[in-house]
Amino acid sequence: MFVKQISVFMENRAGRLEEITGILAENRINIRALALADTSDFGILRLIVDSPDRAAEILRKAEFTVRENEVIATEIEDKPGGLHEILTLFSKAGISIEYMYAFLERKHEDRAVMIIRVEAAAKAVKILQDAGKHLLTAAETYTL
Amino acid sequence: MHKNENLSPDALRALQTERLQKVTRHVYENVKYYGSVFDKLGMTPEDMKSLEDLRSLPLTDKETLRLHYPFGMFAVPMAEIKEIHASSGTTGKPTVVAYTESDLRVWSEVMARSIACAGGTAEDIIQNAYGYGLFTGGLGVHYGALELGAAVVPMSSGGTQRQLQLMQDFGTTILTCTPSYSVYMAEQARAAGMDPRHSTLRIGILGAEPWSEGLRREIESAWDIKAYDIYGLSEIIGPGVAMECPGQDGLHVWADHFYPEVIDPDTLRPVPDGSDGMLVITTLTKRATPFLRYATKDIVSLTHAACPACGRTAPRISRIKGRTDDMLIIRGINVFPSQIETVLMGIKETLPHYQIIVTREGALDELEVQVEVNEKVFSDEIRGLEALEKRIRREIENVLSIAVKVKLVEPKTITRSEGKAKRVIDNRKL
Repeated sequence: MFVKQISVFMENRAGRLEEITGILAENRINIRALALADTSDFGILRLIVDSPDRAAEILRKAEFTVRENEVIATEIEDKPGGLHEILTLFSKAGISIEYMYAFLERKHEDRAVMIIRVEAAAKAVKILQDAGKHLLTAAETYTL
Repeated sequence: MHKNENLSPDALRALQTERLQKVTRHVYENVKYYGSVFDKLGMTPEDMKSLEDLRSLPLTDKETLRLHYPFGMFAVPMAEIKEIHASSGTTGKPTVVAYTESDLRVWSEVMARSIACAGGTAEDIIQNAYGYGLFTGGLGVHYGALELGAAVVPMSSGGTQRQLQLMQDFGTTILTCTPSYSVYMAEQARAAGMDPRHSTLRIGILGAEPWSEGLRREIESAWDIKAYDIYGLSEIIGPGVAMECPGQDGLHVWADHFYPEVIDPDTLRPVPDGSDGMLVITTLTKRATPFLRYATKDIVSLTHAACPACGRTAPRISRIKGRTDDMLIIRGINVFPSQIETVLMGIKETLPHYQIIVTREGALDELEVQVEVNEKVFSDEIRGLEALEKRIRREIENVLSIAVKVKLVEPKTITRSEGKAKRVIDNRKL
């Protein structure tokens, strides 16, 4: 039900993101989705990659502070109102979203995938399933 | 000028020796710690025949005071104590000192002498912008101004607009504060459309932090005043231990009250006049918290040559050239890296890697604590990290009583040298 996400602590300075993408490229790790949250001093890079355990290990070896998290990956329809539909479900259930980001699916051109992090993860999963939403498995996400 | 500022070398030695014998007996009889020091050495106060005999005694320092926190070093009963002050200790516990009625008289006298040494008189209006409180700067200057008969405006630190307003309205003639604050005030004056060179100020009595000749020239030119360096530390009495005269070539130590030695910090042997070493002071007249051979950790050189400018024979120390420990002085407040380390270790997550960066933004010191984020504290939410940053900042500020900036940094940002991490980067140009 959940997919693994890697978060990396980064200081806000030039060339830092490039170092990370360089390390991942060298190790033939494919980035499936990413989001960057930042303040004026630091940022958090969140990544969905094809081999999260190996990516985390490599980044740790390169002395980055890394954290692995479970997030929800759900399909939404790539059309107006697609995102609104699931946000309404969460809102009604009183679930607040910590953060979310999106990527497009290759296989189904009319679908997008939302990566969502909520506190009440189990409850969110149930709501999405009850609404007939497809939750991506880890394998599906990593090989999209 | 007090007659003791200008004694012949022999007369000064005779007075110091007599007072040393008296204070030695006092601490031997009334401070357990000193009693056991003498007993261990197989000595009695009667063995203190000359000033040189002091050299057989161990140094007293902040650690000694910490071990006897809070009142273990007091040499008189509480009934005789009039005032208690405290300054930063190297870890959690502050350094406590106290004053009897006679100690307060001595403090007033040496501070009055210091103000007079810089040319202050009863005619002056002294704006005292040292902090009033546990810090000895504020009250020390205050007592000295009262003793001298000058008018003192007890501003305390901060509130720059108000400082400038009252300086203008009252016609302040002497400003007492840290050198960096005087620079800041001049900047703020100019920003407010005042020309500090046209103020009524004529003298600055500046201290509580190290500064340089370059900064002196800057301050003198910014305000069109004479700026004088004053030295002191709460363990000895507070401000008023030593003071520059118009010669601006070293600070006269009021050696009839404070006997100075300069020693090699490694071998602990005395160094000759003119050579740098650690300043060690024995309080000759203090009653409440007298210390024999207190290690100031300040690096200075000493000269006994009579002063060509003012004629005083009181020996002179150079400006403070450095420290033998890692103490920082930030906006006049003593800061030890170990205090920050204690806070970081106390936060439940372990944060062993930190670095302290000191800069001078404009005129004021800024202290930034960089803390490496490890996986134990890394939240993948911004607000989690911001909360951590805020918590570290709040806890450090609680301990240090000064504002600090906290910056979370990546692991291994902080240079580790062989064995020992470099904890402090001081980028101030003094």
